[in-house]
Amino acid sequence: MKANFKYNLVWLIIMVAGFYLMNTLILVGVIDSFIENMLVTIGINIILATGLNLIIGFAGQFSLGHAGFMAIGAYATAIVTQTASTPGGFYASIFIGIVISIVAALIVGVPTLRLRGDYLAIATMGASEIIRILINNMKITGGAAGMFNIPQFADWPTVYIMVCVTTIIIVNFIHSRAGRAVKSVREDEIAAEAMGINVTKWKLAAFVLGASTAAVAGSLHASYLQTIAPNDFGIMESISILIIVVLGGVGSITGTFVAAVVLGVLDTVLQNFGALRMVIYAAALILIMIFKPSGLLGTWELSIKKIFSRSKRKERVES
Amino acid sequence: MSKLLQVENLVKNFGGLTAVSNVSMHLDNNELVALIGPNGAGKTTLFNLLTGVIPASSGSIVLSGENGTYPLNGKPAYKIADMGLSRTFQNIRLFKNLSVLDNVLIAMTSKFKEGFIPTIFRFPSYYKTEARLVAEAKKLLAIFELTDDVDVLAKNLPYGTQRRLEIVRALATKPQILFLDEPAAGMNPEETANLTQLILKVQHSFHITILLIEHDMSLVMNLAQRIYVLDHGSLLAQGTPDEIQANPAVIKAYLGEEA
Repeated sequence: MKANFKYNLVWLIIMVAGFYLMNTLILVGVIDSFIENMLVTIGINIILATGLNLIIGFAGQFSLGHAGFMAIGAYATAIVTQTASTPGGFYASIFIGIVISIVAALIVGVPTLRLRGDYLAIATMGASEIIRILINNMKITGGAAGMFNIPQFADWPTVYIMVCVTTIIIVNFIHSRAGRAVKSVREDEIAAEAMGINVTKWKLAAFVLGASTAAVAGSLHASYLQTIAPNDFGIMESISILIIVVLGGVGSITGTFVAAVVLGVLDTVLQNFGALRMVIYAAALILIMIFKPSGLLGTWELSIKKIFSRSKRKERVES
Repeated sequence: MSKLLQVENLVKNFGGLTAVSNVSMHLDNNELVALIGPNGAGKTTLFNLLTGVIPASSGSIVLSGENGTYPLNGKPAYKIADMGLSRTFQNIRLFKNLSVLDNVLIAMTSKFKEGFIPTIFRFPSYYKTEARLVAEAKKLLAIFELTDDVDVLAKNLPYGTQRRLEIVRALATKPQILFLDEPAAGMNPEETANLTQLILKVQHSFHITILLIEHDMSLVMNLAQRIYVLDHGSLLAQGTPDEIQANPAVIKAYLGEEA
């Protein structure tokens, strides 16, 4: 138990150190508002992609509807904070977004998670389109024009903390009894069921957890950018989240972090290239997929525990 | 002796094909029973019916427990597994990309509950449950001499060891009845002999009932206390190994009629 405490402490130190590093860099002026904007986008993408990686990489359910759940969070925050413009209202709106997206995920998940592979992808894509079109046609959401002048409560520390919190939740979920059950569903549904695993329940659990983190990302997105429109949450958004997951490695949370950062930086750097941007971006993706088809990191995970035990083994060999 | 599992008039139709027709059988406590029959006789289908992988068209399956009887037909497979019916598969179905330890831990999932919040926020109770789980899994793996392989991915194990791991995984669900679907398939005579010892050991040290599908007659005749013979979906004969070996109907089904 002491060992577990040690590993958790190291992670905590890393997270706090990261926070202070960013804080100092901003104070010194190395990170200007342009780079800060990029980092916040990367953070939001990390939240989205870790949630999707839980669904695709660990539960093995190919979902293409992540943007729909993001839209729910975004609109919940936009609507609530325009009437209750306080930090309390913002946090309440995140909570409301989570609750609505959980309900939506259950409604979408119960019938569609029986499907497999491409069929599930199409069904979830359709579900997310339904959410987008509903938003497009409702008065309260401002219709196709979207919503603007959303009060900004999500600054970079909020996003940073939310990235940490959602990652902790998802990683702890994966490395537990629940995570093992979810992975067994991915490996072999029939065998899992024969071992007493309620396959439908665990599929839904992963799907709902992924959807609720997507709602959090949506809330941050709306509050940080202050303007949202239904078209921000179309199929292209779902696919760009998918690209992060696939590029980083399906089944590697560390890979998702790396891919989100790499793609975020690449996207920002390429803005200087104008029209060539999409060509270079696509070429980079194709190159990575040719030379590293399992994604940048495959299923490799950064583990403090492994690093510790490796250095211990080395000590033993040397002494 | 009490009848642990009572199967009455079990039928399974696939469209117009009757894969299992009117099979009635029973299993007693701590008994080792074999199910044999030519290829395509419906043995695996019968296993799938008993373990809930596919629903029966008609008939009843009743499990007797300490506090009464439980009908099993129509129950989903995971509930049947929870009630103490566990199995291995003819074509090995391990969780290939997970470690040996994880394979066993997964089978223990429904026996050790831990709430969502304690899991997510890593309460001390989470670590306690997890440590207990891992200790129990390692104990089980040690019995089957798999201690050195706990961190190996299941797909990287040799074939015979994979079969052994499947039995360990099935035992981790704490079954009352263990169904073994061709455990000796693809094994050489020496491995089969080892397996025979292993199955006997399992039956005696875990006090469970075993129903076994097998084509290897040396294994069946050595192990089984009773044998059911299935042919074309229906029960052809039942009895002790000696009775079955002398049964003309069985010989006919296996070797054909004398010219």
